[in-house]
Amino acid sequence: MTTETVTPRLQRLRVPSMSVMGPVLALVILVVIGALLNPNFLGAGNINNVLSRSAFIGIIAVGMTFVITAGGLDLSVGSMAAFIAGLMILVMNAALPSLGVGIPIILLGMMVALVAGVLAGLLNGFFITTLGIEAFIVTLGTMGIYRSLVTWIANGGTLSLDFGLRTYYRPVYFDGILGVSWPIIVFALVVIAGQILMSRARFGRHCAAIGSNEHVAHYSNVNVNRTRMATYAMLGLLVGIATIMYVPRLGSASASTGVLWELEAIAAVIIGGTVLKGGFGRVWGTVIGVLILSLIDNILNLTDLVSPYLNGAIQGVIIVLAVILQREAKAKG
Amino acid sequence: MSFFKAILAGSAAIALGTSTMAQDTKVIGVSIPAATHGWAGGMNFHAQEAVKRLEDVYPQLDFVLATASDPGKQVNDIEDMVATRNISALVVLPFESDPLTPPVQAVADSGVWVTVVDRGLSVPGIEDLYVAGDNAGFGKVSGEYMVSQMPQGGKIVVLRGIPTTIDNERVDGFQAAIEGSGIEIVGMEHGNWNRDDSFNVMQDFLSKYDQIDAVWASDDDMAVGVLAAIDAAGRDDVKFVLGGAGMKEMVKRVMDGDTMIPADVTYPPSMIATAIELTAVGMTSTAPVSGTFTIGSVLITPENAGQFYYPDSPF
Repeated sequence: MTTETVTPRLQRLRVPSMSVMGPVLALVILVVIGALLNPNFLGAGNINNVLSRSAFIGIIAVGMTFVITAGGLDLSVGSMAAFIAGLMILVMNAALPSLGVGIPIILLGMMVALVAGVLAGLLNGFFITTLGIEAFIVTLGTMGIYRSLVTWIANGGTLSLDFGLRTYYRPVYFDGILGVSWPIIVFALVVIAGQILMSRARFGRHCAAIGSNEHVAHYSNVNVNRTRMATYAMLGLLVGIATIMYVPRLGSASASTGVLWELEAIAAVIIGGTVLKGGFGRVWGTVIGVLILSLIDNILNLTDLVSPYLNGAIQGVIIVLAVILQREAKAKG
Repeated sequence: MSFFKAILAGSAAIALGTSTMAQDTKVIGVSIPAATHGWAGGMNFHAQEAVKRLEDVYPQLDFVLATASDPGKQVNDIEDMVATRNISALVVLPFESDPLTPPVQAVADSGVWVTVVDRGLSVPGIEDLYVAGDNAGFGKVSGEYMVSQMPQGGKIVVLRGIPTTIDNERVDGFQAAIEGSGIEIVGMEHGNWNRDDSFNVMQDFLSKYDQIDAVWASDDDMAVGVLAAIDAAGRDDVKFVLGGAGMKEMVKRVMDGDTMIPADVTYPPSMIATAIELTAVGMTSTAPVSGTFTIGSVLITPENAGQFYYPDSPF
């Protein structure tokens, strides 16, 4: 992964501490286990599969890193993704007779996704910052709202993209440049931009300042509300981008789309070393977290070692272990 | 939230009170899980259709339909129906057997007619009428079809649903049907009756095994994910995919003679309509409707697919 090299922590040229090494170590161990258990694990096909399917959660998790760093939380992203996917399919199907199959209708769908995402994020941000309601409550509310809305617009069933349109749009998930599929490329770009924003830009430092102490940040001339609002809007935008990658895969959305994505995204952020109560965030760590989560699933599918009933338990153990690995080291040093 | 619901229920009760005065109206309560996946969506659709139709047919019957997103909510719904709507009959598709058994038993003890659909209660003999889907039969029909299509045997992978009794019964029926036929299940994982999950599982199966002759997706939603994964991998060793339930898109493909989807096995979500209709008959006539009504799983082939195709249903 190139993402590791993006963060030269200049002040610390010694061996990095366990809090940095913990997640990386867990990832390396998983890769070694996977490679030993199944020869196809490191095949190009499998790597492409795993990275592509990680992209949805990954893109959302990068946005979540900023929200959590600034002391917030967003539980609505999974439902939001399902709702945006439904909306996008609805609009594209409706525009099909007038626009026909072609680039314009795809661009229209993408615009719908991005605009809906930003609006949904701004709505969350408005309730949280301007009205001062607890983020947990606001996003729990919008989570229910978006989930119901998608069930409603799908009439309880599944919304499917018109077949011709789907065939045309399909390459956005399955094709790419030099065998690297588009979701992976977009994910990588989002991560690089997020990493720069977090560690090099004023915005990232403001997020961390607000997350560690809102009042001090306020007196230090940081516009707390505007920065928070921006984190939610950015997360909404990224949910929109993730949805643009998601829809071409199966060309459908239903009430079961994006279920528990919010928890996977939050788990990935925390595994990656971002502090849940805010104040410190690490975008490349989030990427490691996302990869750990999807590799566990992948490895469990590729082997017959454990009963499939226990998949959830294995996942839980590895998540907790990955976090213990960094906490323990932190307590010592 | 519950305050608001109480007002709603209260005003509904008032509306009901006035209508009861006009004539002797009986109320049938219908409690079903919310449309959280394709099959449940179809079930919701058929419940609404049946209620709409029966309200026209029987002016002396009133219906109250409640959908619940979890077992706890379903218990509340049923309690509300008894407390505020004075129901004479309850048609219930239990979210889960165990948590719903005591409240439904309490309803039955109070003299209300109880019709249970699909998922049985944990204690036998509570319900007056049981409209059951045949999960073991679903697995058996699927298995027998596999055997008929692969007389020489072969390697298949199986996608299972959400770990539940329903899923276990289906898989047991399937395994019993293919026993000794030379068909070998090389891999079995849970796709949770979900398109995305089954897509991921199938991708991994395709990486893991070089030769897969056929797939028992055991559900049409999962079949969608499986087909997309096979398509993306460009593999041509998989001869066909057998889903299940009778989703309209899949029935259409069977009807059109798609070689990847040569057949489907029904597990009709419209069984809720059977239950509501039978209950209405029981409430309005002297015809006996108590007992068990099992809805068999039928193999859909290109020849009979037309009978199972409902273009208006969301499922």
